[in-house]
Amino acid sequence: MMLAENVVELTIASQLEFIDLVTTLTDNVTQMIGFDEETCYWINMAVRESVANAIEHGNKYDPQKSVDIRFTIGVDALRVTVRDYGEGFEPATLPDPLDPNNLLNPAGRGILYMRTFMDRIDYERHPESGMLVSMTKRRMPKQPDEGDPRQDAIGN
Amino acid sequence: MQLEIRERTVGEVVVLDLVGKITIGEGSVQLRDAVGRLLDAGRQRIILNLEGVTYVDSSGIGELVSRYTTTKNQGGQLKLLRLPKKIKDLLMITKLLTVFEIYEDEETALSSFK
Repeated sequence: MMLAENVVELTIASQLEFIDLVTTLTDNVTQMIGFDEETCYWINMAVRESVANAIEHGNKYDPQKSVDIRFTIGVDALRVTVRDYGEGFEPATLPDPLDPNNLLNPAGRGILYMRTFMDRIDYERHPESGMLVSMTKRRMPKQPDEGDPRQDAIGN
Repeated sequence: MQLEIRERTVGEVVVLDLVGKITIGEGSVQLRDAVGRLLDAGRQRIILNLEGVTYVDSSGIGELVSRYTTTKNQGGQLKLLRLPKKIKDLLMITKLLTVFEIYEDEETALSSFK
């Protein structure tokens, strides 16, 4: 039976060294499902920003807390969720990096980049602990003469 | 090493040729340290040549902003040379493109200090 979605999951410790591992997997997933090179690059960056936020601001580098990353490959879209185990935050309270008073701040641009490069970003507090960030990128409509790249890559 | 930094001196200007990634952690720290050492040594005319930079994240963009403001606050000038398109895109998205002095040509960048 063909599944409507394929899921790839990865859990890492709260160490920056593991970010490259996540982005390598991100590239594999986005290339496998047929995003163009430019889109793959920016999805890679959105995932990098989200995982870095989870490690730095969510888990505060606590080695006992992990970061869970899940790629859900749907027919119409790729959804990437990143969960940390920290105290959570309210996105609406974050300073606007485009406010002239904040332009020269050394930090605070990651979420803006995530919003720019993905089609949709949702934040929710996990019922147990931490934040769950969900990022969605729509897949381009398939051309009539193309096969389904997932068929070859995933073997469904 | 995430970021390789080669230092050249042209008259009173120091050019740092950056090769690699400026991302959260090692790359950002290397850039901070390199510019900090120059300022400590009284070198206040600095060009960052970004032609060899393959990847920058928000932490790297923040580091460029920090080095710019630190240098300016100490009476110096920090300018950018040969920005790859994706870095230019990131600066544009965050309205930073007009904050920095950016040059495509090294001679023009060097002469801008005179």
